[in-house]
Amino acid sequence: MKIGKGTLIALVTVGTIVLLALIMIGTGVSKYNKLVSLEENVNEKWSQVENVYQRRADLIPNLVNTVKGYAEHEQQTLTKVIEARSKATSVNVDPENLDSESLQKFQQAQKGLSSALSRLMVVVERYPNLKASQNFRDLQAQLEGTENRISVERRKFNQAARKYNTKLRQFPTNMIANTMGFEKKAYFEADQGADEAPQVEF
Amino acid sequence: MKTNKLVIFFFAFILVTALTIPAESNPQVEIPDRPSPPQLVNDFTSTLSQQEKVALERKLVKFNDTTSTQITVVIVPDFNGYSKSQFAYKIGEEWGVGQKKFDNGLVILLKPKSANKRGQVFIATGYGVEGAVPDAIANRITEKEMIPEFKKGNYYAGLNKGTDILMKLTAGEYTAQDYQKQTSEGNKTAGYIVPILAMIITIFLMKRSQKTKRTFSHGKSGATPGILTALLLFGMGGRQGGTWNNFSSGGGSFGGDAGGFGGFGGGSFGGGGAGGSW
Repeated sequence: MKIGKGTLIALVTVGTIVLLALIMIGTGVSKYNKLVSLEENVNEKWSQVENVYQRRADLIPNLVNTVKGYAEHEQQTLTKVIEARSKATSVNVDPENLDSESLQKFQQAQKGLSSALSRLMVVVERYPNLKASQNFRDLQAQLEGTENRISVERRKFNQAARKYNTKLRQFPTNMIANTMGFEKKAYFEADQGADEAPQVEF
Repeated sequence: MKTNKLVIFFFAFILVTALTIPAESNPQVEIPDRPSPPQLVNDFTSTLSQQEKVALERKLVKFNDTTSTQITVVIVPDFNGYSKSQFAYKIGEEWGVGQKKFDNGLVILLKPKSANKRGQVFIATGYGVEGAVPDAIANRITEKEMIPEFKKGNYYAGLNKGTDILMKLTAGEYTAQDYQKQTSEGNKTAGYIVPILAMIITIFLMKRSQKTKRTFSHGKSGATPGILTALLLFGMGGRQGGTWNNFSSGGGSFGGDAGGFGGFGGGSFGGGGAGGSW
């Protein structure tokens, strides 16, 4: 059986196109999957961030009660802490929508709580009995540990987001990202007070 | 031709330079490098004597072997601008203390008191031991077990006591609540059972291998037990600490075997832990 020249060319062309298409689809799928797993990683890190902030919020009722027992005249400072706490816990961010606006709102609310807490820690200096109580010392250690955790998890989140964002902008992943609707993730900005654990030395 | 060669050389030079520059240049590299060969007790200040170092290392390696929990002791002269918690966290995370699967690592960071600076200590907990050693408990361990000894200059005693409690807590021998209740007094007998058992088993196995050896080499039975006994005695000497150095340097592969710490497992840290200063 003889194949005409025309048919041969057509076959080769079709074959090449099919092969190229397969390669492109293969690359596309693998890039897509890579993006998905990087985004999952960002989401996971975000939930860690939320966990540690929640952990701090959970410490506050106990802290406020302990301080109240020793420092009756500091009602105003305590009220501010409680208010800041409820404001901070009311701001929730949808992990699917980690844009800079929602992250900034979250950060702002948490920052309010940070500064209310550091004011409380300054006030506490005036009450030696409170500072000597084991309960308060335990709470203080927990609070410091939580602030450390917050800065660690924020950094880990930023790293994950940076990795994802970098991939997002690289060729040819950026083409897939555009068609599939992947969005850039926002970063935590370093601000005083939230990044550094409040200095509460004895 | 000459210019061609020059151009090629030029590009090769650029390529090599580009490759040798680390991709992730890290401006803050002020924590010590991961020890090589790996060891759990890392004293960069010679605060501990050789004997104390060996004793502590043996205890921690044995604990790592039985529970896979890794406790590393790091003694430095300075935190290079970091806070003690950041420094300890960085060591834990970058050395990868603890097993990757369990994140069961602990870093005890100590900066001895010097003429013009306060002494500082911090216990950093890996993700996996945050439950067994909550921050409040880590704080109490530094406050009640370690700092009182450190104040007297007994750095080894403080580290020894602190690691004892941490080992019991992470091994589940008792819980954080138990420790909270009996903060100062601990049941110490249980800590000796494992080493004593290990010794009995070793001696038993040695005896057995002596017997089998004897039956195999019937003609010259005198030589083999002699060597074995010598080895056993040598090992005992190492255990007491005095001859350890000679033993490991002379023994070659034996020394490596007895050192025993296989390396850090890649555990991760989340910033947990607590510490104090004096």
